[in-house]
Amino acid sequence: MKSSLMLHTITRIVAFIILSFSVFLFFAGHNNPGGGFIGGLMTAAGLLLLYVSFDLKTIKRVIPFNYTTMIATGMLLAIGTGVVSMFLGDAYLTQYFDYFQLPILGETELTTALPFDLGIYLVVVGVALLSILTIAEDDA
Amino acid sequence: MNNIVFLPILIPLIVGVVLLFFAKNLKVQRVISGITMFTLLGLSLYLAHIVYYGGTHTLELGNWPAPFGIVLVADNFAALMVSLTSIVGIVCLFYGFLTLSEVRQKGYFFPFYLFLITGVNGAFLTGDIFNLFVFFEVMLISSYILIVHGGTKYQLRESIKYVIINVFASALFIVGVAYIYAITGTLNMADISVKVAELEQRGVLNVVAILFLLVFGMKGALFPLYFWLPKSYYGPPAAIAALFGGLLTKVGIYAIIRTFTLIFYHEPGFTHTVIMFIAAATMFFGVLGAVSQFDFKRILSFHIISQVGYMIMGLAIFSPLAIAGAIYHIAHNIFVKSALFLYAGATQQVTGTTDLKKMGGLLKTHPFLGWTFFVSAMAMAGIPPLSGFFSKFALVLSGIQEEQYWIVFVALFVGILTLFSMMKIFIYAFWGEQKLSNEEAKERKIGKVVVSILPLVALAVIMGLAAEPVFVYLLDIAEEILEPSNYINSVLKE
Repeated sequence: MKSSLMLHTITRIVAFIILSFSVFLFFAGHNNPGGGFIGGLMTAAGLLLLYVSFDLKTIKRVIPFNYTTMIATGMLLAIGTGVVSMFLGDAYLTQYFDYFQLPILGETELTTALPFDLGIYLVVVGVALLSILTIAEDDA
Repeated sequence: MNNIVFLPILIPLIVGVVLLFFAKNLKVQRVISGITMFTLLGLSLYLAHIVYYGGTHTLELGNWPAPFGIVLVADNFAALMVSLTSIVGIVCLFYGFLTLSEVRQKGYFFPFYLFLITGVNGAFLTGDIFNLFVFFEVMLISSYILIVHGGTKYQLRESIKYVIINVFASALFIVGVAYIYAITGTLNMADISVKVAELEQRGVLNVVAILFLLVFGMKGALFPLYFWLPKSYYGPPAAIAALFGGLLTKVGIYAIIRTFTLIFYHEPGFTHTVIMFIAAATMFFGVLGAVSQFDFKRILSFHIISQVGYMIMGLAIFSPLAIAGAIYHIAHNIFVKSALFLYAGATQQVTGTTDLKKMGGLLKTHPFLGWTFFVSAMAMAGIPPLSGFFSKFALVLSGIQEEQYWIVFVALFVGILTLFSMMKIFIYAFWGEQKLSNEEAKERKIGKVVVSILPLVALAVIMGLAAEPVFVYLLDIAEEILEPSNYINSVLKE
């Protein structure tokens, strides 16, 4: 696939756009359309585009993540967020939020839903890529 | 806050995730999962204790109030089922330590074992019908992995059918949930019960009731939807088959009992008559399958089906004694059926086959295996004073009290055939000519493995000998679930 210069060039730009949009979607979060699941899917789609247009080995060198560990980390993060509220004497999965003055962002809403969403995000990216790559490697 | 209600779901889930990090370290996985299961047992017994003395415990997840948020409800029935799950979970796990090959144990066996327990406990504890679906899925997806675990040709061929039938059943389940939501506008089971009582269970609600019966019947292996079971439970290694045979069908039965005592209890003339016919057919055809087989594991698989029939027979008769008998039978069956599957695995290790015609004379070479198997086989067949007798006694007695004579006749007839097929296993495998040479027999020691099964056999004996106090407890449970207002009041707090 050395000759597909156009594909490579466009992929570099498009993947960048997709990945940044997925981050935006992720932070749109729990009050607006968006969140960990949809953001994760979009990230997976962006990474998948890289895998498809370049070959498996190259991208594996660029993104050296173990997706199994990523899934486990994500689940631990999501479950752990719920557990925190148990130690504070509330029911499992109780949400907390408050407004803070942060240096650059100004007044920002920080919630416990965010780390939960981050967990979901990691799980979704991990699951989507792991299952697709397993099938892809099976062939080779 | 009653976060303790959530712990039987949370602990195996977290530990399962943590074990994903140690996928290649067998020792750590074994130690952690062993400790977890014992913690879970202690916890669930404690839960059963506080629920029995302190009334139903509920937990509103995320502090969202009851009909809107998701509730977890631990009443006596649920707490009992969770305790039974932990017991059989421990035994199958330790049996798995001893018998599963290292390759199998390293292939993410322990995480998915714990996820399966998560799903089962969740299905017992949830008070929300959509969450029941979710936990069923957690349980089923883990079971898809465990049933194909090891990936032999036979397993791959049969588990694809298992997956397809269960995916289909899940699709119907979600359709049923959608219908009930369209009719009542709620997913909280207590709230659904209130709404169904207001609407009077007519027309379309009866259709939904039968749809749920169909769905849970498919998972619980009721007539005529049991065809997938015997072959797919034949494939996986004994430790997994025992857990499936003992536990998974019972989750379906639990869901049937729960929905038909809490939600669809207004038209027993229709629904419970249907259930009674299904119960009779399930018992009868299940045991016929068992009688016709000549394979240790296959006989047991068909027995799962016929035993499931007894449980819903109790539901169909619908008196406190009958429900208590049905729950007793569930408990008895979880212990004894798992034990028998584990014995099938142990005999297979000794003889290298599950074909009864190729076995023989094991009683001479492996008396410990033989006699403890005999005890659990007799418990299954219902010989007093072992556990199987008392559940059938309660069911038959309540059938006569309610003047449902024909189902009593079917139950007794099936009992005879059960005894017959159990004796067939015993005679072919343990009596007769010795097929192993003396050296072979000495080499193949199985004592350690049999010891790991003993707790289940012991529990079957204890349940039989202590039938009186056990039934006092179960009658309390039966009366509690036959009065839906108990459940509703503790969830909606009206």
